[in-house]
Amino acid sequence: MAINASTKELVSGGLFAAFGAYFVAESLNYEVGTAFRMGPGFMPLLLGGVLVLLGLGVAASGLKKPDIELRDPVAWRGIILISGVIVFFAVAIRGLGFVPVVVISAFTTAMASRMNSPLFAALLATGLTVMCGLIFKIGLGFQVPWFGPWLGL
Amino acid sequence: MDMIAALSLGFSVALDPTNLLYCFIGVLLGTLVGVLPGIGPTATIAMLLPITFTLGPSTALIMLAGIYYGAQYGGSTTAILINLPGESSSAVTAIDGYQMAKQGRAGPALATAALGSFFAGTVGTLLLAFFAPPLARAALNFGAPEYFALIVLGLLVSIALAHGSILKALAMIVLGLLLGMVGQDIYTGQPRFTFGVRELYSGLNFVSVAVGIFGVAEILRNLENEKNRDVMVKAVKNLWLTRDDFRRIIGPVLRGTGLGAVLGILPGGGHILASFASYSAEKRLSKTPEQFGKGAIEGVAGPESANNAAAQTSFIPLMTLGIPAHPVMALMVGAFILQGITPGPNVINDQPALFWGIIASMWIGNVMLVLLNLPLVGLWVKMLSIPYRALFPAIVLFACIGCFSINQNIFDIYAIAFFGILGYVLIRFGCEPAPLLLGFVLGPLLEEHLRRAMIISRGDPTIFVTRPISATLLGLAVLAVVIAVLPSIRKKRQEVFVEED
Repeated sequence: MAINASTKELVSGGLFAAFGAYFVAESLNYEVGTAFRMGPGFMPLLLGGVLVLLGLGVAASGLKKPDIELRDPVAWRGIILISGVIVFFAVAIRGLGFVPVVVISAFTTAMASRMNSPLFAALLATGLTVMCGLIFKIGLGFQVPWFGPWLGL
Repeated sequence: MDMIAALSLGFSVALDPTNLLYCFIGVLLGTLVGVLPGIGPTATIAMLLPITFTLGPSTALIMLAGIYYGAQYGGSTTAILINLPGESSSAVTAIDGYQMAKQGRAGPALATAALGSFFAGTVGTLLLAFFAPPLARAALNFGAPEYFALIVLGLLVSIALAHGSILKALAMIVLGLLLGMVGQDIYTGQPRFTFGVRELYSGLNFVSVAVGIFGVAEILRNLENEKNRDVMVKAVKNLWLTRDDFRRIIGPVLRGTGLGAVLGILPGGGHILASFASYSAEKRLSKTPEQFGKGAIEGVAGPESANNAAAQTSFIPLMTLGIPAHPVMALMVGAFILQGITPGPNVINDQPALFWGIIASMWIGNVMLVLLNLPLVGLWVKMLSIPYRALFPAIVLFACIGCFSINQNIFDIYAIAFFGILGYVLIRFGCEPAPLLLGFVLGPLLEEHLRRAMIISRGDPTIFVTRPISATLLGLAVLAVVIAVLPSIRKKRQEVFVEED
């Protein structure tokens, strides 16, 4: 790292400032009102401004203080597989139905760990499907069919 | 007054067979997630919220409360046996508890933790029973300015909870407040920050945010660096304390209980702060501070009592004011609202059976926990051999199914993925997630009370300092920030948090 600053502080400060800026920009589209009768834009505008300042403050506090500790590599495999599974679950739960979605989701999620073999993941997926079926479908009457309309059953 | 009548009403509710069963399920689950590292009470309660929808209000809340204080017991088992905090507040217990286990004194360490927790839990429950009614009566006189001041106090005190940078903790709170404003404006109905998505008009789903930030983000972080955990102690023998042990733990247990009870009441305080504070107090008071870190039984007794006392008393602000002291209590607010009850000073009068039933169930739950944790410790040791790689897929699935079943809303599931990744990024760059969730819950309340207060005062902001209660509360809030940034305290905070590693 060539720059003489803490990436932790720079990035998190930048994130805060960016979020703050978004909220400020968006709240300008709403009526701000007065202190007496605040409109929908008043609080977000104020807090968004505060967040931008705090973000800049966090970033500034990291200057000249490079990170010392080594960090573990980013869990890309986990991020991609797990967020993918969650999105898949959302898209497919109504169409594919409970059993296929839970089996596929459980198997894929299990594969997010480098320590799980495909066989172990498959066993785990079977077990979890039975467990979730018992708890949510039979126990709590979860409102999704076992097999959905996409399968044409 | 009829404390006796009230308590007997409470016990009649808590001893109802259904409630007794769910209380048991709650403390059992609580112990389980407390024991298992990588899954804590926040994520568990968030996942189980939808399930409780089908139960009656007292049954649901008794179970959820059980998960929370049950996790305080379970966390210490993991801390002592494998030097990993099963639950964040038991991080301190690991310091001396693990050393005791290495010296073959795992039994006494576990017994100390359980007995200290039980004593503290009993005292905390009694305090809740005695102080909640008068506080609730006082709170009935609270107007919008007082509530606003109280929320500000809670938010600012909560930065004491966060590790490291105070600026970052403040920024997390503000980000949480802003995320809480997504959805229709309460006065004008104007949709805000919704990207035109109709599902967002009612705001971001609280369960999605909680599960994303405390469940999914935590899983992603654990996947960075996978390790097998070693259970050093396969069997725990000799749970009895010697007479000398008893003599040594009485002081720490009493002090820990007192400290924990006080810190638990403070909004933003809570069990984590309590256990850290108790550990450093015991170390300072001890005649042999050099033994701390090398297996001092006082270092287990104090923090364990403190975190359990705080776990009980942190229900006080929730049950009397409707203000959650920390993220778990925020989830309890969600549980109340799901049941159609607005938590606050009216609950005690409108729903006495619910109010006293929860309190009585806490004591019963504590009795169950001692029985669950001491004789059955062998079972929990076995649980520890379940590898994390088999657990996290269950968490992801429960999160998705549970969230979807609340409103049958697909959008809530996308929100889990979004907040999981956001939470992971923020944790990776050194920001604690707890203040964000607290801000998220309190954001709408803060805005509502501020706007109402300004309408009352016709736009004059001095209303907050001319009303004595709100002025006092805001003064305390400023004091909390000043104390937190004072150089000497900052150093102390760093020391305390460093000891965790």
